[in-house]
Amino acid sequence: MGLVRVTALAANLLSFARLLRRAGLPLGTAEVMAAAQALSCIDIGERREVQAGLRAVMVHRHEHAEIFDAAFNIFWRDPEASRHAAAMAMLDGFKPEEKQRPGSRRLAEAMARDRPPPPKEMEEPPPLLDMAMSVSERERLQAMDFEAMSAAEIAFARAEIRKLRLPLDARRTRRYRPDPYGPRVDLRATLRRSLRTGGEIVTIARRRRVVRPPPLVAICDISGSMARYAQVLLHFLHAVTNDRDRVAAFLFGTRLTNITRQLKHRDAEAAFEMIAHLVPDWSGGTRIGEALEKFNKEWSRRVLGQGAVVLLITDGLDRDGAAGLAEATERLQHSCRRLIWLNPLLRFSGFQPKSQGIRAMLPHVHEFRPVHNLNSLRELVEALSDPHRRVA
Amino acid sequence: MSVSDTQGLLAAGGYVADRALATTVHLSLAMQRPLFLEGEPGTGKTEIAKVLSAGLGRPLVRLQCYDGLDLSAAAYEWNAAKQLMAIRMAEGGARPDIYAREFLQERPLLAAISGPPSVLLIDELDRADEPFEAFLLELLADFQLTIPELGTVKAATPPVVIITSNRTREVHDAIRRRCLYQWVDYPDAARERAILALRAPDVPERLSAQVVAFVQKLRAGDYFKLPGVAETIDWANALKALDASELEPTAVDETLGVLLKYQDDIAKLRGAEAARLVDEARSAA
Repeated sequence: MGLVRVTALAANLLSFARLLRRAGLPLGTAEVMAAAQALSCIDIGERREVQAGLRAVMVHRHEHAEIFDAAFNIFWRDPEASRHAAAMAMLDGFKPEEKQRPGSRRLAEAMARDRPPPPKEMEEPPPLLDMAMSVSERERLQAMDFEAMSAAEIAFARAEIRKLRLPLDARRTRRYRPDPYGPRVDLRATLRRSLRTGGEIVTIARRRRVVRPPPLVAICDISGSMARYAQVLLHFLHAVTNDRDRVAAFLFGTRLTNITRQLKHRDAEAAFEMIAHLVPDWSGGTRIGEALEKFNKEWSRRVLGQGAVVLLITDGLDRDGAAGLAEATERLQHSCRRLIWLNPLLRFSGFQPKSQGIRAMLPHVHEFRPVHNLNSLRELVEALSDPHRRVA
Repeated sequence: MSVSDTQGLLAAGGYVADRALATTVHLSLAMQRPLFLEGEPGTGKTEIAKVLSAGLGRPLVRLQCYDGLDLSAAAYEWNAAKQLMAIRMAEGGARPDIYAREFLQERPLLAAISGPPSVLLIDELDRADEPFEAFLLELLADFQLTIPELGTVKAATPPVVIITSNRTREVHDAIRRRCLYQWVDYPDAARERAILALRAPDVPERLSAQVVAFVQKLRAGDYFKLPGVAETIDWANALKALDASELEPTAVDETLGVLLKYQDDIAKLRGAEAARLVDEARSAA
């Protein structure tokens, strides 16, 4: 009723909602109607009250509160603000960067095209992609290092990766589902079923505990030394993210970026395009300790609940000389159920943990595995699905 | 009732709320919408429900969430033993209605909507798993529960619903959209002093001012788990119990376990760093 009478207020509210949408807040009709109702419950002369009230009904996550407050301040000063270019430019600053950064172009390029293969001892020209690849060709590629692959071979590897499934050792939950051969009697279902037979219990309904895989968190290094692997591993992460629920993915070089939402995009190219805009430090230096510390502080409590398994993908070559790395890795190990370090450097048979970074991290991981070709990825999948494997 | 009245209601129960929080609580009461409180542990989210229950004179129905929480623990359960007994007793006679209300065992959610008007606290929803969230949607939107064998139970008076989350997991958007959202932050120094005055009245004013200054400075630091208001209150009481009248580096070192709950953090703060903060706190307060 208030809505009809106070039309000026309603019009203001609508243009404020437009402003918020422009700033990137997800806002539906329900929120606007709730806002109108909220305004009728409070003193609209009191600025702080209006701000807090509208925020309570229009914002659903803490991350959006800052955008809301900025928009509210602009709007309170000048309700016509949505027509002013300057104000809009200010709000657009909150939106994800649209223009290409140098790093993002690099990522986009890295994803789309291939760079000339690094000069390796193998001098034969890279084979053209033959759609019907021979068995021996497949076998050769299975064992081939990602770093030495040509564009065509990478394309093949991607297709293979997409087929990988990651069935982590399932955990029993405390939930039940009906199962005719389950170990437990379901009394409620049994009694309900008995009504069909005139109150006589003829069959006994049974149930069994639901098992489900634990959450998976991948933290992937995209610094210069890892660039070639990260490219392929991102495809792996994309396949895993879209295959199962409760996956979170982070990228780090010198800074940590959460790419979970972007990776959920079904189309891999579209997902990488979005990630390219988001990640500022593609192929830069590495600060592993700092990135892990940031993860521990800001994300570990939010994503490591319910017995998560963490895949830490990095070569362990740290620019900061391993400052704070041991502590951060130990904290991470204590916060998750299983910490698995995937290191492409492990492919060298004579690998010695000589780098400071590797020596700092190694005592604090549950498992240390190579990840440099399709075979090693496949082994990883097998290891993760083995429920009897105990902590190393 | 106005926002100030709500703020007064909370204050009468010993809860010092800032204006934004009071406004949201007021709106939740006025619009009869559930209130979703998110924030770090120990910032007083659960306390709001307790204070509202006392202030409104409504019983508090509390549901502590955990992984695997299901219908039979949260909402209702059919008393199978009693049903079987009823069938046995009536053997040969008229068939009893085993889905009558008398065979239904109420759990917190059903109790909150079928009993007298109440305050329903769904505590730490982030600890429950996603299937349970989906089950809550009907309750939050319409204050009703549908029991397949019985029908729909609707609350005569909608309960005041408070949901809290420590953000150990992102709660689904569908829940958020049905609620009023409020992020509960650590209080500023003035509000924290007011809270201490209410919740730890025996602590000398000088000590409590220094405690607050110390904790506020500590929260600006780089620690894994920052102390919440609950820790501040405990710490002030602990220092009082040790007969401290002022912050002393030795007393602080001895009682750090009340304030910080991780060994790394304690090791980082103990000694020189603690002494420095004590100095700053004493000159500030």
